[in-house]
Amino acid sequence: MIMNASTKTKNENPLISLRGVSKWYGGFQALKDINLEINLKEKIVICGPSGSGKSTLIRCLNRLEAHQEGKIHVSGVELHETMKDIDIVRRDIGMVFQNFNLFPHLTVLENCMAGPNWVRGIDKDEAEKRAVAMLKQVKIPEQADKYPDQLSGGQQQRVAIARSLCMQPKVMLFDEPTSALDPEMVSEVLDTMVELANSGMTMICVTHEMGFARQVADRIIFMADGEIVEQNTPDEFFNNPQSDRTKTFLNQILI
Amino acid sequence: MFVDTVIEDKSLHKPAFLLGLSIAVFAFFFAFNFTDTIFGEFLSPVIGNPQESGFFGRFVVSFVLSIIFVLNLLLISFTRLKIQILIVWIELFFLFLAFAYSFDLELAYIFIGEPSKIWLMISKGLFTTIYISAVSIAIATAIAIVGAIAKLSNNGFAYAIASFYTSLFRGLPLLLQIYLIYMGLPQLGFMIDAIPSGIAALSLCYGAYMTEIFRAGIQSIPKGQWEASRALGFKFGLILRKIILPQSIPIIVPPTGNQFIAMLKDSSLVSVLGIWELMFMAKKIGAKDFNNLEMLLTAAMIYWALTIVLEVIQARIERKYQQKA
Ligand SMILES: Nc1ncnc2c1ncn2[C@@H]1O[C@H](COP(=O)(O)OP(=O)(O)OP(=O)(O)O)[C@@H](O)[C@H]1O
Ligand SMILES: [Mg+2]
Repeated sequence: MIMNASTKTKNENPLISLRGVSKWYGGFQALKDINLEINLKEKIVICGPSGSGKSTLIRCLNRLEAHQEGKIHVSGVELHETMKDIDIVRRDIGMVFQNFNLFPHLTVLENCMAGPNWVRGIDKDEAEKRAVAMLKQVKIPEQADKYPDQLSGGQQQRVAIARSLCMQPKVMLFDEPTSALDPEMVSEVLDTMVELANSGMTMICVTHEMGFARQVADRIIFMADGEIVEQNTPDEFFNNPQSDRTKTFLNQILI
Repeated sequence: MFVDTVIEDKSLHKPAFLLGLSIAVFAFFFAFNFTDTIFGEFLSPVIGNPQESGFFGRFVVSFVLSIIFVLNLLLISFTRLKIQILIVWIELFFLFLAFAYSFDLELAYIFIGEPSKIWLMISKGLFTTIYISAVSIAIATAIAIVGAIAKLSNNGFAYAIASFYTSLFRGLPLLLQIYLIYMGLPQLGFMIDAIPSGIAALSLCYGAYMTEIFRAGIQSIPKGQWEASRALGFKFGLILRKIILPQSIPIIVPPTGNQFIAMLKDSSLVSVLGIWELMFMAKKIGAKDFNNLEMLLTAAMIYWALTIVLEVIQARIERKYQQKA
């Protein structure tokens, strides 16, 4: 792995740490010996060709996928098969999916209230206040009483972001949040994410939106074939890519 | 379903189709020769004695019948959809009545006696049938929810028990299950009455079918719903109750309604245990006076009326969930 000196900030208590993490699907190794530390308030962008293991990596962070080797710690808690309190860890990790995964039988407001009300022990009034505030933050308070399928893709994704934010997570994971969207809706979601980044949220984003990466990322991680090939600041990553694979990838994506 | 916004010409309103249809209908009536039926009698002023009217009579009867038939279709086709459906329903119902009437039944039979036969059927037979079916439906639904969850769990015991159960009870004829429970359990030392064993057999059999319906309904909900719920830190029971089941109800209701209707009718099988439900009473009363068909037809009508009630309830529930979604 090639790493620029400037990104090598030593931190005793990273929010998330992966040490020697490997994952197999059957006989196929999707993640190979991943080592990574993510600190509070850091914004990470993960990119790489299709099938390189980006989704797998990010889904291991809240254990939607299980890793077989190595150790993953989130807020000091190790994620493993027999852990008792995975739900407590997950409640602090917001996740936004490529295809939104809103609850179609609940209104926008109910989608946002569900988490706090059902598992955070927050009463309905308080949960509703919080949901309304978050919907304001993503700029769709007027859609609160609609059902998800009455909204555009961009609006749905912003509801999904609001739903996660209502849990007041410590970190937000994004798995290609804009790639299911029509081009004209991409920017409204990216704007929301930029604002979120500016508010100090810790963010890990799988995305190919390089403008966004340049604007907010503290570090860009480039993956290929289940490995982290290179990680660097945006400036270094775009202007001075180290590996050939990174160069090829950047050439393809920045045409 | 999507109903297209462009209306095609009705084929009935195309002359060529109408002509073809008329010829086909005429050929049908001509081939089956309705001269000797009630229609021949109606037309006797024109054709004289139907028996002796020969080819002419046959032709006139077929011609008049096919004109009436096609004209009827044509007239109905100009009415609104709801009216069309209603008229066709009523006409088919009268055809059915005419069919039953042709059995040469002694319909008064079911109303005579003190108490009358029909009252006996309703007060005792219908009551027992509804009681057995309702209890069995409730138990089968409970079994189905537990069975579906067991089949979806990764607990080896739960899965094995549930899949063995569905395999066995879907694999044996219901009639056989009824006998096995009624005669088998006493062998094990459990004394069991006819009605409880009938209910047990129906619940277990339909519970097995409904387990599969519920399982399929739950599985048809996209994986993303589970993932989003898990990512929010929801636990299995909560996800099932608040996220998955509410979404699978619209999928589960139609086949479940079918099961309820089928079970209602299959409850007639427990008559073999001597339970005084509709079927048993119809056979018993009818056989005594050699009026079997009258009583069977009475039972048939009662079953039919019951299933119509269930169909209406099912449609109501479906509509309710469609509005929500
Ligand atoms: N459930 C699964 N079973 C088997 N193989 C899988 C599974 N999920 C992913 N893989 C494989 O693991 C590899 C990494 O997949 P992953 O989804 O993490 O890639 P990705 O980098 O997110 O790609 P994309 O940009 O297309 O989303 C791929 O080769 C994929 O085929
Ligand atoms: Mg992916």
